[in-house]
Amino acid sequence: MDVLTKNFSLYGKGFLGTVELTVYASAVALALGFLMAAFRVSPVGSFRALGTVWVNVLRNTPLTLLFFAVLLGLPRFGLVLPFKLFAVIALGCYTSAFICEALRSGINTVPTGQGEAARSLGMTFSQTLSAVVLPQAFRSVIPPVGSTLIALAKNSAIAGAFSVTELLGTYKTLSELGYDIIWTFIWIAVGYLIITLTISAVFNLMEKYWGVAR
Amino acid sequence: MTAQLSREATALYDIPGPRTQQRHLLYGLVSTVLLLALVGWIVYLLFDTDQFTATKWRPFEYEGIQRLLLRGLGNTLKAFGFAALFSLALGAVLATGRLSDHRPVRWLATLLVEFFRAMPVLVMIFFIFVALKVQPLPALVAGLTLYNGSVLAEVFRSGVNSVERGQKEAAFSLGMRKTQVMTYVLVPQGIRAMLPTIISQLVVALKDTSLGYLITYEEFLHAGKLIASNLDYDLPFIPVVMVISPIYIGMCMLLSWFATWMARRQKRNPKTEAVEVAPAEPGTLLPGVQ
Repeated sequence: MDVLTKNFSLYGKGFLGTVELTVYASAVALALGFLMAAFRVSPVGSFRALGTVWVNVLRNTPLTLLFFAVLLGLPRFGLVLPFKLFAVIALGCYTSAFICEALRSGINTVPTGQGEAARSLGMTFSQTLSAVVLPQAFRSVIPPVGSTLIALAKNSAIAGAFSVTELLGTYKTLSELGYDIIWTFIWIAVGYLIITLTISAVFNLMEKYWGVAR
Repeated sequence: MTAQLSREATALYDIPGPRTQQRHLLYGLVSTVLLLALVGWIVYLLFDTDQFTATKWRPFEYEGIQRLLLRGLGNTLKAFGFAALFSLALGAVLATGRLSDHRPVRWLATLLVEFFRAMPVLVMIFFIFVALKVQPLPALVAGLTLYNGSVLAEVFRSGVNSVERGQKEAAFSLGMRKTQVMTYVLVPQGIRAMLPTIISQLVVALKDTSLGYLITYEEFLHAGKLIASNLDYDLPFIPVVMVISPIYIGMCMLLSWFATWMARRQKRNPKTEAVEVAPAEPGTLLPGVQ
């Protein structure tokens, strides 16, 4: 029990590290995922091909392999960045593939008639997109995007094994200090539960406000 | 399929006319050139940083190193095989628990499923490896089993629940007991419909075997790391990644395609008429989202 109280700052640092990784990587994943989803529904063939390849390759890449390649591989190109930034890139790119698929299937749930009606009213492409298609798509993508971001928070544990400061990594220091390993892990688990439950609560709220009434 | 897509109207745009088609073709050509330039730049970088020198690729000619890689691949597949088998079994047990008529059993199963789905799988693996002091392979398999088994339990349960209600009512009205209704009517149809999702979840298990690398299990990535950190071959890190990742990604893609193929086949199968076949989505099934 006293593992937490005596090492609060260490746990706090790890906890904040995980939160930071999650937030930054989420931003990268959402931005890249949006771009790739736009590519995948575009009328231009080569954009679609790029989006498809991006999604299919990253979705089938083990995240450890991606971390391995990015964190230890990119420096060989002379690209030396802090490990945390590399971790954000790896996590963000990996998750962007799942975000892209969620967004794309959200856009596909908007019936064709909606777009046709908008166009027959004389709306331009950007008007159709911003006033008709995206608002409806947004409503139906809240749950899948939420679960993807929860998965991202859980996946950020892998960064700890590549010596980025985060929650799981705290076990090493604590076990060297001779604390009870079981309790150490219980508090780590609690930390992750707090993060994932917070994300899930936020998305449940969003779902309540904007979700599709079924 | 992609060629047809542009011929169909979507919610986003109409069927393009001849001028728009020409414009799209122009965009396509320009972006292809840009993409090729990007690829070319990466290849140039690879050459520029001496990734294609003979020293760095020589290790792959040696039989010992080939055997090391093959043993790593074998260990990966072994961990995957065990994890898949055990998680299917655990999933079946937990799903049975969640569908039970007895409240305590249902609660216990729900608690276990929700907990193991909410935990990062790596935390469980590390807990089993570090705190319980288990060998790497059993620790990896146990962690993967707990996580994927819980997710599969939910897949099984939603499969059984998605069978049309009339099937269950008809079976009960024929005088079948609950066990009979389950084993003869609901489970066969539910599992069939969920087969694509089940296989997609196994892809997740296959991908996650690479976590074994982090607990020093001698799997594929570990073998790669051993070769990559060899000074005799001038630290052939990029060559190792270039050899390992196609194999890893290829295996996962193969299994993913199998899931998609299965989904397409099951949709036409009369045996799944009473259930909606789940699409072969990558498994990110998580708490709070059904």
